[in-house]
Amino acid sequence: MSDARKEMVIRLRGVMNSVGGRVLHDHVDLDVYRGEVLGVVGGSGAGKSVLLQSIVGLRRPAEGLVEVFGKNIMDTDEAGLRELQMRWGVLFQEGALFSSQTVAENIQVPLNEYTKMPQRLKNEVTAMKLSMVGLPEGTAQKHPSELSGGMKKRAGLARALALDPELVFLDEPTSGLDPISANMFDTLVRGLQKSLGLTVFMVTHDLDTLKATTDRVAVLVNGKLKVGTIDSLRDESDPWIKEYFSGARGRAALPN
Amino acid sequence: MRPDTSPADDATDSEARPWLEVSRTLRKLRLTAGGSWTVHHAATLDPLLRDIDMSGASQVEIDGSGIAGLDSTGCWLIVRTKLGFENAGLGVPVVAVPEIYAPLLAMIETEHVTAPVVIPKRHTLEAFLEQTGRATFHVLAQGYGILGYLGRVTVEWFKIFSAPRGTLRVTALIHQIEEVGINALPIIGLLMFLMGVVLAYQGADQLKRFDLEILTINALGIGVLREIGVLFTAIIVAGRSGSAFTAQIGTMKVNEELDAMQTMGLNVVDVLILPRVIALVIALPFLTFFADVMAMIGGAVMCYFDLGITIPQFMRQLHEAIDLNTLLVGLIKAPVFAYVIAMVGCYEGMNVERNAASVGKLTTRSVVESVFLVIVLDAGFSVLFSILGI
Repeated sequence: MSDARKEMVIRLRGVMNSVGGRVLHDHVDLDVYRGEVLGVVGGSGAGKSVLLQSIVGLRRPAEGLVEVFGKNIMDTDEAGLRELQMRWGVLFQEGALFSSQTVAENIQVPLNEYTKMPQRLKNEVTAMKLSMVGLPEGTAQKHPSELSGGMKKRAGLARALALDPELVFLDEPTSGLDPISANMFDTLVRGLQKSLGLTVFMVTHDLDTLKATTDRVAVLVNGKLKVGTIDSLRDESDPWIKEYFSGARGRAALPN
Repeated sequence: MRPDTSPADDATDSEARPWLEVSRTLRKLRLTAGGSWTVHHAATLDPLLRDIDMSGASQVEIDGSGIAGLDSTGCWLIVRTKLGFENAGLGVPVVAVPEIYAPLLAMIETEHVTAPVVIPKRHTLEAFLEQTGRATFHVLAQGYGILGYLGRVTVEWFKIFSAPRGTLRVTALIHQIEEVGINALPIIGLLMFLMGVVLAYQGADQLKRFDLEILTINALGIGVLREIGVLFTAIIVAGRSGSAFTAQIGTMKVNEELDAMQTMGLNVVDVLILPRVIALVIALPFLTFFADVMAMIGGAVMCYFDLGITIPQFMRQLHEAIDLNTLLVGLIKAPVFAYVIAMVGCYEGMNVERNAASVGKLTTRSVVESVFLVIVLDAGFSVLFSILGI
């Protein structure tokens, strides 16, 4: 992909966020391009999820500019925001499935809200989405409380993908999954990204996932973002980044 | 709120409206597709594809090379149509789509499931019968559960008093007494004061007609001390503390804290339930007494302003109207009500399942059940007292 032709999907400029007097994001800039998978890493409590919240409009940054698909999230009216929301999908940490509805009904929420598909087609599409994320057919009738953590995440992903969005936000998609499920999730994300041309913004702790899926990585340390490929980040002088990529776990997951 | 037209229809790609042409040459059916085959146009395409007339055709060709936008829903429509032709015995149709969409189409083709998801209807007779059966079993299971729970708590009660060293957790008990007793004083005081005002006003209004307004004090004294004081206090406490018990224990259960306790050898009944039950049994009689006093003050204030009865007059009349028994008849119910409220609150807390919705549901249920039981028990007491002639 040549630099000049890259289309920017997310653009952050000078974003400042603080929680309880502690600065989480000290005027950070970030560009995410169409079709890439960007991993966001950082220590616990470094503000990764807050960054995600700021981008999807759940939280208003104290300062700075947040643009998604070229539109400023902060001064878009309700109709404009709806149009954006239709173009992205968000997978929350625990799946955030609506607990009063079955998995199938959960997946159909965006379909009901944004399309006028007949029920029969919606049911077919739901079955297709379930098989895309690797959930067995019987899952459709289950309520979220009957699912394991990994299944909730898959169902959450199926809901996030219901409208075939161009941009997907994943908040720790593999945390709490066994290595086999985590691997499958990585393959799934990569596969969907290739076939659907998705742009993926992924918050994760998982080094294996980083290596398997991401094109670039953004590291959040001391309120600043360092962005680069895994290889280029290894040479960073920051002690946290060094420890992250070259510590025991880092070396195991990312051998030179 | 549902948009009348999906935004994609009019805004971004109006020129890319999807289209489908069906043409026949001899026995060959040819579908030519173009435009944007995406989730937002699926509603338009779906009936077109379902209504294709296959009669007389023996060969099919799907030409999607004009497609200018294809997502997984669009792919599904193509795959479904293709499968439909295959099942109708028209051979495997050739599908052509622009090269960039080929991998996605291939993935959907391998990943698809033919059976659509079934969403069961909720308001059929069958569903009604199922619900009735479920509810019946639920009630039975609940009765069984309550019995087990009562037994468990009773056993722990006896252990506390029979053990060489009492296992009663004093710190937890005192904390609970503060929580359910002392912290409830302001709300109960205020409400009972107002209750006294209201009762005195209503009584005075009626009795004035017979020039018996002084008897307002008798009605107030007996009514509040015997019934209203304890009943009202119990209901407030059920809403305030019974619900809190359910929510606290329920949240701990969602958090796996109860399991953690068990693995550390802590007895849940001992640590969580008994301190709450005992605290409420101790606190409620005191709260009731406080409530009685506040209601009398409210009544006295109303009598003074409405009927011109001075405070000493009020006290004299009250002294004549009631005796110690009147007070005791009310107070004796308090520990019983407290026991029921605390037991129900803790029981429902233990019943919480491991999801957040369940906490809210059971908290509501706990309040409804304990208020219901308190009123039923109060009626029982009335019957008992009338038999005993108290």
